[in-house]
Amino acid sequence: MRICATLKWLCLAAVLALPVQAQPPLTDTPGVAERGRALVADRRRGLCLLCHSGPFPEEPFQGNLAPSLAGAGARLSEGELRARLIDSKSVNPDSIMPAYFRAEGLHRVGAAFAGRTIFTAQEIEDVVAWLMTLREERSP
Amino acid sequence: MRFLLALLPLCLPAAAAERRSGFDDMAPQTQAMQRDDSANPGMLWVLEGEALWARGCASCHGDAALSMRGVAARYPAWDAATGAPIDLAGRIAQHQGAPRLARESQGLLALTAFVAHQSRGLPINPPEDARLAPARARGAALYTQRRGQLDLSCAQCHDDHAGRRLAGSTIPQAHPTGYPLYRLEWQGLGSLQRRLRGCMTGVRAEPFAYGAAEYVEIELFLARRAAGMALETPAVRP
Ligand code: HEC
Ligand code: HEC
Ligand code: HEC
Repeated sequence: MRICATLKWLCLAAVLALPVQAQPPLTDTPGVAERGRALVADRRRGLCLLCHSGPFPEEPFQGNLAPSLAGAGARLSEGELRARLIDSKSVNPDSIMPAYFRAEGLHRVGAAFAGRTIFTAQEIEDVVAWLMTLREERSP
Repeated sequence: MRFLLALLPLCLPAAAAERRSGFDDMAPQTQAMQRDDSANPGMLWVLEGEALWARGCASCHGDAALSMRGVAARYPAWDAATGAPIDLAGRIAQHQGAPRLARESQGLLALTAFVAHQSRGLPINPPEDARLAPARARGAALYTQRRGQLDLSCAQCHDDHAGRRLAGSTIPQAHPTGYPLYRLEWQGLGSLQRRLRGCMTGVRAEPFAYGAAEYVEIELFLARRAAGMALETPAVRP
């Protein structure tokens, strides 16, 4: 299992090294970074901290299924970050990261969530705006 | 024997030698709570089950320590009456001659815990019954199917990322060693089906109804995957 996990990270590194298809903005209204930060920290809305850690000194329980979000804005362009959020599987078909702006092609979605995307288009823009502010590789 | 058991789940990423019960991933205080029967809240249900047993079951089955020893370890099993696989709670719930009990009712949980407790320490021992194979295969497919708005399969968490942290929780390997068990988050005893429902709603998927064939299929698959591991009923989990 350890080996599988290691291989996975190697594959991931290879995937991340490839140029990612960039996505243009989903709305005409620029995202608001502060709102994006709140969405990412909210365990019921963004769910990001289930898997990721990030620059949230006030949040005690952060996951380690995914790389830290610190430095994401330096590693990826705005369009790449947007593509990653809209549908992570467009970047890596095996990704465990949910698609935040795709409601089709899912199986047995709970009644309360059926036909709905996790984020609205504007929320995607807010989160992208916040991710773009993450320039430091290490959490402050 | 050990070696043969180790070969069973070769198709699975988690090799048998590395199998860990959820117990192994718990904090020492929670482990101590499970180990000490006087501190383990699950024992309250076992005692209630013992009283129900004396009233409604002992007349036919006698001393459960003899008649029920090893029974829980081989469930789910084939049920001739319905021509389908059935789990232990289902077997007790629809027992001819005994009052019908609702799934997840306190009475059924207590009786199931009492019966399963008679197998504590015994290895999970799935029956070699060819009639179970198709249902177990469906269980394996359910286990690897992505589901819910979060689009995750059981295997992605419990095989690929076991031992890692989902927010504050260490992801266990999902071995059904302790059921029914006392979960601190539930503040009560719950069945394996309740746990599976929780994992389904957790990924924002529509859970199946209690008693659904799909749960028994997953339970069959999990039992085979955990074959040889010791039963812990009533276990404690966070
Ligand atoms: C179920 C787990 C999970 C959730 C929830 C999740 N991610 Fe991810 N994310 C991953 C994984 C795993 C990767 C690594 C790449 C891959 O495997 O697709 C990743 C990759 C990323 C990346 C690119 C990697 C890099 O270079 O930094 C960004 C940015 C990102 N996630 C942001 C988010 C944001 C923002 C949220 C919440 C809105 C989120 N993720 C929710 C699992 C998750
Ligand atoms: C997003 C990750 C995730 C997915 C997907 C998931 N689980 Fe879980 N599962 C968990 C976590 C985390 C726990 C432990 C919860 C805790 O300790 O609070 C758990 C606990 C369990 C347990 C209890 C193990 C024990 O020691 O008692 C079983 C069994 C289980 N899951 C089976 C499944 C099955 C079957 C599926 C698919 C239908 C599934 N899980 C899907 C994360 C997941
Ligand atoms: C009238 C007699 C009678 C009573 C009362 C009775 N049982 Fe049974 N039970 C049987 C017989 C006979 C069998 C085996 C035949 C069958 O499978 O139906 C059995 C089978 C079982 C089995 C399956 C055993 C195995 O090896 O797979 C369990 C578990 C069980 N009973 C539990 C209970 C419980 C719990 C009660 C009390 C609520 C109870 N029984 C009451 C007669 C009885």
